Amino acid sequence: MSNMQFFSYLLLMAGTTYLIRVLPFALITKKIENTFIRSVLYYIPYAVLAAMTLPAAVYATRNVISACAGIAVAVFFAYKGKSLTFVAVAACAAVYAVEFFV
Amino acid sequence: MREFVRGLRAGVPIGLGYLSVSFTFGIMAYGMGYSWWQAGLISFLTVTSAGQFSGIGTMLMPGRYIEMLVSQLTINVRYSFMSISLGQKADKAFCGIYRWLLGFFVTDEIFAVAMTEKKVKRAFFAGLAMIPWIGWTAGTLLGAILGNVLGERLLSALGLAIYGMFIAIVVPEMKKSRAILLVAAISVTLACAFRYVPVVREVPSGFAVSICAVAAAVIGAIFFPVPAAEEVDS
Repeated sequence: MSNMQFFSYLLLMAGTTYLIRVLPFALITKKIENTFIRSVLYYIPYAVLAAMTLPAAVYATRNVISACAGIAVAVFFAYKGKSLTFVAVAACAAVYAVEFFV
Repeated sequence: MREFVRGLRAGVPIGLGYLSVSFTFGIMAYGMGYSWWQAGLISFLTVTSAGQFSGIGTMLMPGRYIEMLVSQLTINVRYSFMSISLGQKADKAFCGIYRWLLGFFVTDEIFAVAMTEKKVKRAFFAGLAMIPWIGWTAGTLLGAILGNVLGERLLSALGLAIYGMFIAIVVPEMKKSRAILLVAAISVTLACAFRYVPVVREVPSGFAVSICAVAAAVIGAIFFPVPAAEEVDS
């Protein structure tokens, strides 16, 4: 990839991300009243993370079986309310362990 | 100054968590052909998990600027929502230029910790953001530089770290709210369609995530509108 391509994409990515964060923070000081817009904004993060996780996570390791084991372990500990780090490490450990056998 | 130091302390666990996840990002970026300084620079300037993981795929292909813009907007629009909430809790001195500077650091975890404050002071928020920012960048550099000396099995296992973090954010909310459970289920179903169904699977993945998420969130908003009180604790 050329430097030109890298830096133009980086500028676009960093610029968009910055403005998305800062514009509402700097400009909106009143409360949003529209229930529909508020609701969409409320659900977006979970919808994004869900769509990014499945089915992609199934193919994130060398092997579908180890990935599924890791996902199952992650869901289990997340359900138990463990921290982000704990869940991530447990998922990796599960993949590592399972890949001894498959 | 005391507030800043208190913020620094509060940011340590986030920083440690970021270190491990961004390590995976570094490995992944390096594996896709990015050099260590490119991977580090991306993390240093954007500080997003999902946005970066999606962005480095798009970046490899020339001329996909619209896809990049739309996917970054959709994936990161949650920050706007957090920024609005945070803006309501920021104290009086946290205004003007400070908002333009510190708004850069609104991430899921920094936001979550900041929102546990009664009033968010700018010094506290600045302190809170520092260690996660350093951790995120340092982890990426380490991953990109050391990633190739790790064994293949270890690399394979680390590939799941970021998804583990995503799962850890979403699952507890699905447990609490049937609406979020349903929204997530719809979103995953659509994502599967974009992966497996002929013709639709040709849609670039950045767009696909955006379409799935917006469709699922709109359906959620229609059937389960959120009462005003709930938005604050997202």
